[in-house]
Amino acid sequence: MSRLEMTLMFVKIAIVMVGLLVTVPIMLFVERRGSAMMQNRLGPNRMGPFGLFQAACDVLKFIFKEDRAPGHVNRFYYTIAPWIAVIPAFMTFAVIPFAGSLTIEGTTTFFQIANLDVGVLYCFSIGSLGVYGIIMAGWASNNHYSLLGSLRSSAQMISYELTLGLSIVGLMMIFQSMKLGDITAAQGATLFSIGPVDVPKWGIFVQPVGFILFLVSIFAETNRLPFDLPEGESELIAGYHLEYGSMRFALFMMAEFVNMAVASGLITALFCGGWQLLPGFGSLSHFVAGLGLIQNENLVTVLFQGLSFVIKLAFWMWFFVWVRWTLPRFRFDQLMNFGWKVLFPLGLLNVLVTGILVYKGVL
Amino acid sequence: MLALRKPGFLNRLYLIEIIRGLFITMKNFLFHKKVTLQFPEQRRDYSPKYRGQHYIKAVNGVENCTACMLCPTVCPAECIHIVAGEREDKEKYPIKFEIDSLRCCFCGMCEEACPKDAIKLSNIYEMSQETRTVYEKDFLLEQRGNK
Repeated sequence: MSRLEMTLMFVKIAIVMVGLLVTVPIMLFVERRGSAMMQNRLGPNRMGPFGLFQAACDVLKFIFKEDRAPGHVNRFYYTIAPWIAVIPAFMTFAVIPFAGSLTIEGTTTFFQIANLDVGVLYCFSIGSLGVYGIIMAGWASNNHYSLLGSLRSSAQMISYELTLGLSIVGLMMIFQSMKLGDITAAQGATLFSIGPVDVPKWGIFVQPVGFILFLVSIFAETNRLPFDLPEGESELIAGYHLEYGSMRFALFMMAEFVNMAVASGLITALFCGGWQLLPGFGSLSHFVAGLGLIQNENLVTVLFQGLSFVIKLAFWMWFFVWVRWTLPRFRFDQLMNFGWKVLFPLGLLNVLVTGILVYKGVL
Repeated sequence: MLALRKPGFLNRLYLIEIIRGLFITMKNFLFHKKVTLQFPEQRRDYSPKYRGQHYIKAVNGVENCTACMLCPTVCPAECIHIVAGEREDKEKYPIKFEIDSLRCCFCGMCEEACPKDAIKLSNIYEMSQETRTVYEKDFLLEQRGNK
């Protein structure tokens, strides 16, 4: 590996890590103000303009709070559980491409930390490791509410991971690849044209049913409402993180937000064209390149691709918050029925229909 | 008559209903009037009948109270303590007039019982104190609210 490649690799890792870490306070702000506005309240608006510094205050509060573990917990697992929840959340983003390719001095790099052959599988396998953090937290807390929360979480994750996997089989059949980079690149093609408007071959257009299944099960995977049974506060108080305080609780919260970011990244990369330019951005990028502020036209394109990716990601992150304050929580038996009796057969049917269509050469 | 309608297929699919719900949430987010009151800057107007901080009405700097002891008699919480005295012109007046703010239940019976319109309840509602507070006569004479 040459020196340049090494540098680029570090730059990419830095972009992803900093991006994800910055997402957390932004989401804290968006969630608090957004939820308040949806409920016709104002939300925290005192710290800084529009209450933007509220997130910083929250973080400071978490850091300076007393870090106290209750006496009845299993210390070892209690301590490592938040880390086990948060680390896989960060790891998953490694395979998500966030911009196209850039050629510097004859070296072409793809803006993706690792373009693994098993990219999609890597995502799901690492993502499902996060549940161990929750189970450990519930078990080590030595508290019935926590234990129930983590049990629910494990049952829910296992049920919905099946659908999650099945829902993208159709996509893999269509794009003939499991590399997220390839899937994203292939989505730049045109599916069909209506007059002057070209409809791109985004996953959402070729696999609408798969998209809905994926969306529903990714909500369940990230433990967000309407699937937030592990922490259902009305019946379980706070579920698995009941016995946690200060920074350890903050780590669970961080894991949730990073999981949301990864989920949004996956939705974007698989179904919304990833870094493919949004409509109108193509001409905009040509215009900016024409201004001559940045000499390398390739770099301008990459920047706009990154911007497109971030905009799409931000929309889906917002969608998570939006749905949270719209839908009520499922009951546990409803959740299981929905997962096994509705989503799972639909996923199988989707695979079958897609298979037939691909065999006939329609897609 | 109550007619039980079976939900149709589209209704049972929930998808359209969820999308409609999302738009309702968005409508609230963007357009609905926010009901939050920004407290220290904005204040809610309470009815003039509101029973808040007590005060003693005074005319020309002399309190109306004649220490007739009707208010401590009627007070269900027994929070009013009056020591009566006599002025030089033989008029009765309270030497000490104390209200134990922790005992008071703000029922307003003292106000109703008072024949001289002396003890009143204002509409001041920010009455937090850092110590256990007994309102003295001088303090009560100053409190007026917007009356």
